[in-house]
Amino acid sequence: MANSEIVRLENIHKEFDGETVLDNINLSIRDKEFVTLLGPSGCGKTTTLRIIAGFETPTSGNVFFFDKIINDVPPHKREVNTVFQRYALFPHLNVFENIAFGLRLKKTPEKVIREKVFEMLKLINLNGFAKRNVNSLSGGQQQRVAIARALINSPRMLLLDEPLGALDLKLRKDMQVELKNIQQQMGVTFVYVTHDQEEALSMSDTVVVMDNGVIQQIGTPQDIYNEPQNAFVADFIGESNIIDGVMLDDYLVSIFGYKFKCLDSGFEQKEPVDVVIRPEDIDIVRADSGHLSGVVTNVTFKGVHYEIIVDVKGFKWMIQTTDFHATGDEIGIKLNPDDIHIMKKSEYSGKFGDYSSYSEEYDKLDDATILNDDSESEVID
Amino acid sequence: MREKLAAAPYLVWMALFIVAPLIFVFVYAFTDANGHFTFANIAALKAYLPTFLDSILLGAIAAVICLLIAYPFAYFISRTKPRTQRIIVLLVMLPMCMSFLLRTLAWVSLFEDTGIINNFLTSIGIGPFKLIRTRAAIVFGMVYNYLPYMILPLYTVLMKIDGRLLEASADLGANKATTFRKVILPLSVPGIISGITMVFVPAVSTFYISVKMGPADTAMIGDIIEKQFKNAYNPNLGAAMSLVLMVMIFVCMAIMNRFTDSDGEDIVL
Amino acid sequence: MKTFGKIYTVLVFVLLYTPILLLMLFSFNSTKNTVHFTGFTLKWYEELFNNGALLQLLLNTLIIAVIASVVATVLGTMAAVGIHKMKKRMQSVILTVTNVPMTNPDIVTGVSLALLFVFIGGMMKNNNVLGFWTLLTAHITFGLPYVILSVLPKIRQMDRNLMDAALDLGCTPLKAFFKVMLPEIMPGVFTGLTMVFTLSLDDFVISYFVYGSGFSTLPIEIYNYTKKPIPPTIYALFTMLFLVILALMIVMNIFQARDERKKANKLAALQG
Repeated sequence: MANSEIVRLENIHKEFDGETVLDNINLSIRDKEFVTLLGPSGCGKTTTLRIIAGFETPTSGNVFFFDKIINDVPPHKREVNTVFQRYALFPHLNVFENIAFGLRLKKTPEKVIREKVFEMLKLINLNGFAKRNVNSLSGGQQQRVAIARALINSPRMLLLDEPLGALDLKLRKDMQVELKNIQQQMGVTFVYVTHDQEEALSMSDTVVVMDNGVIQQIGTPQDIYNEPQNAFVADFIGESNIIDGVMLDDYLVSIFGYKFKCLDSGFEQKEPVDVVIRPEDIDIVRADSGHLSGVVTNVTFKGVHYEIIVDVKGFKWMIQTTDFHATGDEIGIKLNPDDIHIMKKSEYSGKFGDYSSYSEEYDKLDDATILNDDSESEVID
Repeated sequence: MREKLAAAPYLVWMALFIVAPLIFVFVYAFTDANGHFTFANIAALKAYLPTFLDSILLGAIAAVICLLIAYPFAYFISRTKPRTQRIIVLLVMLPMCMSFLLRTLAWVSLFEDTGIINNFLTSIGIGPFKLIRTRAAIVFGMVYNYLPYMILPLYTVLMKIDGRLLEASADLGANKATTFRKVILPLSVPGIISGITMVFVPAVSTFYISVKMGPADTAMIGDIIEKQFKNAYNPNLGAAMSLVLMVMIFVCMAIMNRFTDSDGEDIVL
Repeated sequence: MKTFGKIYTVLVFVLLYTPILLLMLFSFNSTKNTVHFTGFTLKWYEELFNNGALLQLLLNTLIIAVIASVVATVLGTMAAVGIHKMKKRMQSVILTVTNVPMTNPDIVTGVSLALLFVFIGGMMKNNNVLGFWTLLTAHITFGLPYVILSVLPKIRQMDRNLMDAALDLGCTPLKAFFKVMLPEIMPGVFTGLTMVFTLSLDDFVISYFVYGSGFSTLPIEIYNYTKKPIPPTIYALFTMLFLVILALMIVMNIFQARDERKKANKLAALQG
């Protein structure tokens, strides 16, 4: 991804009626990139998109388009197009006229319009739908018309606001693949807004996680999943057990008073941290041979795997496993160093990652051994 | 941002021809013919108090009769097929396209002492009755003229009542009368309120109906206001009367609106 | 219950239509008598077309109604667009004032406008200020709220992304209004237009206070006929007007029904 930058948001701040909805947003979007703005509703992702499209102007900060400030350029003069939530197709125009709308405004010759519209209809697999009333189309078909209507103007960048939100699960999955194909085929930059983390991870080159008007993390899907920067990101992207820990030294963390090896460094000594352990990374072993042990309190069958809740000294862990364990079973938990991810403490600490409604105080154990160190030789006082 | 400017011409119009005239009513009500401040106009209204009360009484009676006639009618049409409903609603509005002055005059000629009705009654041996130039005739004229204004808002709310609510009510053990009392009636309150205002306001301020159908000695608020502007030419007194009429109706509406919880969502025809 | 409902409905219609049928009947009566039908004639209709004064009045009434409804519709639609973009509090202030001519008795609206017009006339040293312009201004004023209140809900119902989509695809705000919003809100605009037109045609109370001797309309003249019996030519005129409106309504109703059937068929085809 060494492509040139198209759009840059610099220190964007946005208020509605004195209420801050975006705070210090900095974001750079490169050519042909698939960028996803991901976050819960009200996090500011749609506002960010509308600022790029030109429907909103930032209260402070600048929007750059190829290094030119475009804060006050109205939407109809911007080389970006939008696919709206619930499509916003013009109900008084048929499929053909909806797609041709932008070209007609540019006074494109009729012959060119016809050629391009039919080309688009082919791209979106709606050959023969030209004369149809848009209200008579299914959700998926309307969705594709909306994309064609935007793409026919050859925008430098396509903005998509929860485009699959109104579709059912099966159709959504198909459309994800189709959208990704269209993006690669047309070589257009996509900025995609969604609250669906799975969608974000499977489609994007870059994911921007937002909450409360603030960017929490920017990275590749792998980065975001494997190296979440705080408890919010860890919890929002997939399931996580988030445990209070103390960093004892580089590569050594203490959880529940036990010491575990890990792959993270660069923290201060004795710095309190959040420890993330993904449910699918935890190995279940016999009760007496694990690092920790606990009692299964709940089992849910999820199809591919079971999701079990294990009570380890009052902290409820979620573990995903393909083996069945009955409620009441005592099991052992094994944690490898690369299963453990350390995050700095943040405002989100303590809010996520415990799968119980209550948690008890843990007894501090003065065990000096490092539990997940196979060599069992390095002991630090 | 710029879209708001589209409202600018209207806002100017509103200030000039809605707000300013009301200010004029206010100013005239509190000044004399030479433009000096005075309470004399308001004080002079005391003599007209019986007229005011009488108008309110007649208007209120007309509104209640309209409600009693219109409610069953609106209910019946709201239960018919959509196509029938549309035709009936059109038929209810259609008479309003014929000059209301002429329609009132037609009733006058029907009700005359030697009019069609009395001729008929005499020919079968009863009557003639004094039908015209009575207070009842005024109320009849009001009911006839403003009945559509009662039917339409009632129909609008009754039509919107979800049929499943009636089924649910029956399912929970209510008979038809109870369902009406506990479900239909409460849900139609906004329509009743808007219908009553739409009948009461023009009825109370009418001056044509009372002139044509009422007894010579019965004057209504509308009549005495009209006289101040067209005969006696005392616009200050007329403005004071208008002001009081306006305030009176405003108070009546405020009281009525206390019966509904709706937050200003008016029923617009 | 069902038959009762039918009988009741018919009775209400008898009440509503008796005077209209009577007027129509006596427009064909050979004498000016409105009690006895003395014989069928078309002479009042003939006379109507030779009665220049009456036709002039009809023309006056129509001119006022056409201009007032068009001006009110344009101003009112623009106003609704602007009001829609305003903050809630501002909206409710403006809509409250807008409601004033609708909730105020017509007589108060008429009187208040008359006071204003006479005052302006006094400032311009013009004693004959009342006439065409005051009548027109008054009709536009009482028509505007009806337009705004029938257009505004249509704008509110619109998917707000539609306008954004038009801008996004290259429309200037003005073009977006004509290409996207106007087709969407057309039913509301049309309702407003017809409402103002019919109200203006039949308005007597407000007109009565703001008309001048130089320019008057049909309802005003009918009122001024007080003393003598109304000439049957007037019955003939209104019978014709009524029949024209009836015909228009029937045509519109047929079109609407056909439209709905088309929609229903399409829906059925989709589901089937």
